[in-house]
Amino acid sequence: MADSASNDAFVEFDRVQKSYDGETLVVKDLNLSLPRGEFLTMLGPSGSGKTTCLMMLAGFETATHGDIRLGGTSINNIPPHKRGIGMVFQNYALFPHMTIAENLSFPLEVRKMGKSEREEKIKRALDMVEMGAFGGRRPAQLSGGQQQRVALARALVFEPELVLMDEPLGALDKQLREKMQFEITNLAHNLGITTVYVTHDQTEALTMSDRVAVFDDGRIQQLDPPDTLYEAPKNSFVAQFIGENNTLEGIVKEINNGVALVQLDDGDIIDCMPVHESVKPGARTRVSIRPERVEYNKDRIQEGAHTLKAEVKEFIYMGDIFRTRLSVAGNDEFIIKTRNAPDVDRLKPGQQIEIGWLPEDCRALDA
Amino acid sequence: MSDMTETAGPVLAADGTPLKRSLARALRQQKLRALFLIAPLLLFILISFILPVVDMLYRSVQNGIVSKTLPNTVVALADWDATTGELPEEAVYAALAVDLKAAAEQKIHTKVGTRLNYENPGMSSLFRKTGRKAKKFDLETGGPWKETLIDINKGWGEHDNWRTLQTYSPPITSGYFLNAVDMRVGTDGPEMRPEDEQIYMKLLGRTLWMSMAITSCCILLAYPVAWLLANLPARKANLLMILVLLPFWTSLLVRTSAWKILLQQQGVINDILVYIGLVADDSRLVIINNQFGTITAMTHILLPFMILPMYSVMQTINPSYLRAAKSLGATDWTAFWRVYFPQTVPGIGAGSILVFILAIGYYITPALVGGTKGTFISNQIAFHISTSLNWGLASALGAILLAVVLVLYWAYDKIVGIDNVKLG
Repeated sequence: MADSASNDAFVEFDRVQKSYDGETLVVKDLNLSLPRGEFLTMLGPSGSGKTTCLMMLAGFETATHGDIRLGGTSINNIPPHKRGIGMVFQNYALFPHMTIAENLSFPLEVRKMGKSEREEKIKRALDMVEMGAFGGRRPAQLSGGQQQRVALARALVFEPELVLMDEPLGALDKQLREKMQFEITNLAHNLGITTVYVTHDQTEALTMSDRVAVFDDGRIQQLDPPDTLYEAPKNSFVAQFIGENNTLEGIVKEINNGVALVQLDDGDIIDCMPVHESVKPGARTRVSIRPERVEYNKDRIQEGAHTLKAEVKEFIYMGDIFRTRLSVAGNDEFIIKTRNAPDVDRLKPGQQIEIGWLPEDCRALDA
Repeated sequence: MSDMTETAGPVLAADGTPLKRSLARALRQQKLRALFLIAPLLLFILISFILPVVDMLYRSVQNGIVSKTLPNTVVALADWDATTGELPEEAVYAALAVDLKAAAEQKIHTKVGTRLNYENPGMSSLFRKTGRKAKKFDLETGGPWKETLIDINKGWGEHDNWRTLQTYSPPITSGYFLNAVDMRVGTDGPEMRPEDEQIYMKLLGRTLWMSMAITSCCILLAYPVAWLLANLPARKANLLMILVLLPFWTSLLVRTSAWKILLQQQGVINDILVYIGLVADDSRLVIINNQFGTITAMTHILLPFMILPMYSVMQTINPSYLRAAKSLGATDWTAFWRVYFPQTVPGIGAGSILVFILAIGYYITPALVGGTKGTFISNQIAFHISTSLNWGLASALGAILLAVVLVLYWAYDKIVGIDNVKLG
């Protein structure tokens, strides 16, 4: 499937807006393009517009403004059934009055495919999701995970180039969800299908995707590969939404050679990386530090690290890690995570300690 | 757990009693309470529904009146062979005289006359006229009774009347049922009545096909409404729901009368048609007091019973099924027909059973707007209950109606499956 056109955008949103009531915009200004074969996740809280985007791509909602292109041609006026996009729904939407095989046969029948060809494709698709033995059953006789596999097989059986998934793992328990995350990613990459996946679960987004688009308030806040997204969030929303995050508030004093001096609200001054465009001398800012980048063992604090005083509020033993809640610069919810190792001190509530982090792990974002 | 599985024989509770018995004891209290709670309803249904139905079924075959009023005659007549064509012997007439005198004194002779009149017109007056004289019979010296009775009324010399008396002397009779299916007991056993006397089977057939027509009309009209109800936003759906339920707040009689006003020849619809020139004034449409009137009015009255079950089933169908079908490449029509419609069949089934069974037993509306061509078998039942007072025949007709409904119900179960009926 990877041909010379693979560099070109396969799916493209061009200045797309969507309003349901004519008063408020649910999707404000969406520009997004993804190449063939990419696994892109739309991540965001509910009401952020991610599902609406998916529905516009599938053709169940029309864009109020802008252009959606598939393979270079605008699909704004093409009805859903002619788009040839596979879709996996949140509740699977397996037709309850048909057997599993009939469910898979449905998209092939409407494409007027012959019986032998249909049977062959159904068999191949069911085997692909390890459900070959279940063709004669009804959806109600399957467990949630099995229904999920069938829904996936049905979306893939007619060999679409683009598959959309709307929170497909939401109804499964944790263990099964992790297993399916792995299987879906593998399947998508092996078949070379372009996938747009919608979820509000950030772990899912990070583990499965080539790139993640973080949605909030009808806009893409950041579109990056998972590691960039986690390590280099561009604004406070993304920093808060992806993974655990500590925030300290303060005012930018000055910016020198790419290092910002921020005076925290309790008077301490720290060095930070100025990331957001609003970080200018005199402006308020939120400083973001990841819990696992903070150290408190004296010999582990690296040279050049910035140190602050802190008081231990709570110490939780979690097996592989210790999770400690501290009071730092007036923030009582400052969390640090430390890997369980023989040389790590176990803290007690009330203890006064010194913590430290490297300036490059400390990002000054919008207030 | 392990020591319980090791014990052979019945599993024992902690105190050594069999587990089943102690479970039953534990549940008895609950069961008694449940029974106590439903007891008022149970009694009510028993007294006001089950017993009347059983009584009705019994009435349709019960015929004790003849042997009770004319006990001696019935015994004496038992040996008479009607096929010879001869009148009974003197002993039978003597027995009849004894019975008639006793009956006339208790003034119950007319009742048996009425009963036999159902089977053989003319017998009512035979008993009434004879009864008047019977009070003065001198049983010791009177006679010979054969001549005396024939003298009083020629009817006693007619072979046919005696045959009727003999046929209907047993306490259980098939006469009402034969009557209800347009048959009668002839000289060679049951036979069809003459063509011009056959009414009930025709009426039953008409009742069935008109009920089916009404059910079909209801399905066609209700389906889009139910779909709208299930798919409109909540506020609009509520308004529509009120419109659907509005007829329930109006008396049935008022609604039916409204149709009379609309449909009669000088009514609103004809007036409008004449006004816009579609129909000439001298050829106004006859759309009431016939089958059209009945079907129209009853479709309107029974429509909510179709809409509501359909609506509650449609409401449970997730809109993502249609979306899924379209994303798989189905056109709107294919998605509807292959994915949506099959899932609404239980609702159609429930509505159809409800409407059909209500329609088949309806009688107010057909009586008001049906004229002669648009009445139902229930109108005949009502007639026999309240006007002709032939309760036996009314019961037999009712029993047949009940049997037809049960058969249709059974057929529905075989074809569609009763598990497929859903009210929500």
